[in-house]
Amino acid sequence: MQILESTLKKLYFEMLRIRMISERIAELYAEQEMKCPTHFSIGQEAVAVGVAAHLKKEDWTFASHRSHAHYLAKGGDLKEMIAELYNRKTGCAKGRGGSQHLTAPDAGMIAASAIVGGTIPIAVGAAMGFKMRGEKRVAVAFFGDAACEEGVFYESMNFAALKKLPVIFVCENNFYAAQSHISARQAITTNIYLRGEIFSIPGFRVKGNDVRAVYSQTEKAVKKARMGEGPTLMECETYRLLEHVGPNDDFSLGYRTEEEVETWGDQCPIKNAENLLKQILSEYTRKGAKEIFMFDDKIEIKKIIFQREIEEAVEFAKQSLLPDEKDLISDVY
Amino acid sequence: MRVVKYSEAISEALVQAMECDEKVFIMGEGVDDPKGVFGTTAEAYKKFGGDRVFDTPLSENAVTGIGIGAALAGMRPVMVHARVDFLMLAMDQIINHAAKWKYMYGGAMNAPIVIMAIIGKGWGQGSQHSQALHSLFAHIPGLKVVMPSNSYDAKGLLISSIQDDSPVIFLAHRSFFDQRAYVPENLFSAPLGEGEIYRWGNDVTIVAASAMVWEARKAALALKKEGIFAEVIDLRTIKPIDEEIILNSVKKTGRLIVADVGHTICGVASEVSALAAEQAFEYLKAPIIRVALADIPTPTSYALEEIYYKGAKDIVIAARKLMGAKGGDEKNNLEFGSLDRDFRGPF
Repeated sequence: MQILESTLKKLYFEMLRIRMISERIAELYAEQEMKCPTHFSIGQEAVAVGVAAHLKKEDWTFASHRSHAHYLAKGGDLKEMIAELYNRKTGCAKGRGGSQHLTAPDAGMIAASAIVGGTIPIAVGAAMGFKMRGEKRVAVAFFGDAACEEGVFYESMNFAALKKLPVIFVCENNFYAAQSHISARQAITTNIYLRGEIFSIPGFRVKGNDVRAVYSQTEKAVKKARMGEGPTLMECETYRLLEHVGPNDDFSLGYRTEEEVETWGDQCPIKNAENLLKQILSEYTRKGAKEIFMFDDKIEIKKIIFQREIEEAVEFAKQSLLPDEKDLISDVY
Repeated sequence: MRVVKYSEAISEALVQAMECDEKVFIMGEGVDDPKGVFGTTAEAYKKFGGDRVFDTPLSENAVTGIGIGAALAGMRPVMVHARVDFLMLAMDQIINHAAKWKYMYGGAMNAPIVIMAIIGKGWGQGSQHSQALHSLFAHIPGLKVVMPSNSYDAKGLLISSIQDDSPVIFLAHRSFFDQRAYVPENLFSAPLGEGEIYRWGNDVTIVAASAMVWEARKAALALKKEGIFAEVIDLRTIKPIDEEIILNSVKKTGRLIVADVGHTICGVASEVSALAAEQAFEYLKAPIIRVALADIPTPTSYALEEIYYKGAKDIVIAARKLMGAKGGDEKNNLEFGSLDRDFRGPF
């Protein structure tokens, strides 16, 4: 699997930034000032980052209730996101959407929906719109394993294949819908990536916690879509490290074991990328260079930069006004 | 003066809207087949071809979402359904997504889609082929609901719906398809949210929607012979609803009958009644009467349909009651003929 070291570094830092933002939100969430259900992406960052790396600003992504990583990876404004979580007027949805309805039209992250599978056909429609207008843009639908139980998933794939649309279906299979394991919901649990085959949509299973793998597979899918050769389905196996909704762990519920979470925690996409980078850099170091030390320094510097950015965003959100009656009644039509 | 059929008026609106805006396209089950959804889409297909008028899989929910996505990407989709009942398969995309798009995502983007569906009554079409579900859609913030009762409005309101930036549910009534009326040849728009006084009168206000406008008109003619002068208001759009035209009339007549093609319970008739009760109570000389469908699914047998559907007779009886006039429940002297009995399609 070929990936440039510089690219890998970029992806690594992007994931690190998203992780730091998420962890800070999790800390602040306890203050009870962000009043909206929040689904954390911690552990699943590689999928959003690996896919977005191949998208241009004018390409569009659509996501689900667990969309912080997708919003940030596509270039959504951090201040507006934090303000949205704090229910402020300055939020990306003017305080009307909250964590589940993040949107950054200018960055091309169009919408997250709290209805499972809800944005899949909308991404397909956007792709049709691009095609009808003769634009070489690509649409991506992110969704979870449970969305593959919705009829609209199959309806959308059929249509996308029928019209050969420039859309990529990206399933983040984290094996759970809330507390329900995939084995309780799907007759066959190992073939999500094959489910487009009946429509002649090529499917790939990808190690979702390996950002290189996501990056490489997406590169092919985007190229194919842009050349007018139709849709691709990617199933990225990954894992949510926190509870379904909220900032805590959930071992006490008993639906999954601490060992299972720990095993996946060891496969953390950020650790994976860091280890890989250090492995590559140690090769150089053996040759007499000092890259590995410089890299450690760079991580520390980046962390300080991210921290400052996060605190500024939190400050911005807290200082922002709450929406008022005018915001309540405008934009219905 | 040129008179054209309701179905031709819809067809003409589609063709002209597509001529003046290349972003407009039509998709739906059977829109490109030779019948062209009762003649409404055939002309557009002939003129613009399969790139802009195309068939869709029977995947109502996904196709609606696809319409939303295309609209976000800058297109103006018109989605066509031969029966409103089929929209029940697309309610997630209509209610959870299209209706809320602008508001929920902060107002930056619109989802300008028109969902045209045909409603109907009678001729044994039964529970799943002849519902009128406009109240259900009107209940949802963010949707507009349009119900033209004649050829002029069919064209003018459809053009307005296509040009509007909100999602619009456009409900055409099957029994009108062959009815003719004056329609201008040019592209024109009839405003959404404005009702129309169909007939002037001082004694009783009849607020009606869709096919009940015709029943109200027939009733008004019969009432005139009995010395009762009814004012008939055609709502034209259920949402936004023209409150002013209703209230002004009720304040004048002091009596209100609301005639709707849907069910009484939680329906448009109830909404209009509540509006009058809240805002014109002191003007009311008698209780409000709703003439709408009972809380019963649509039956198939014509013997049952005859009892089930409301019409001009029921409106006449309601008006007599409000006026304390002679005749009461007497129906024998009322012969209206029936749109249904002469109905020969389209099905």
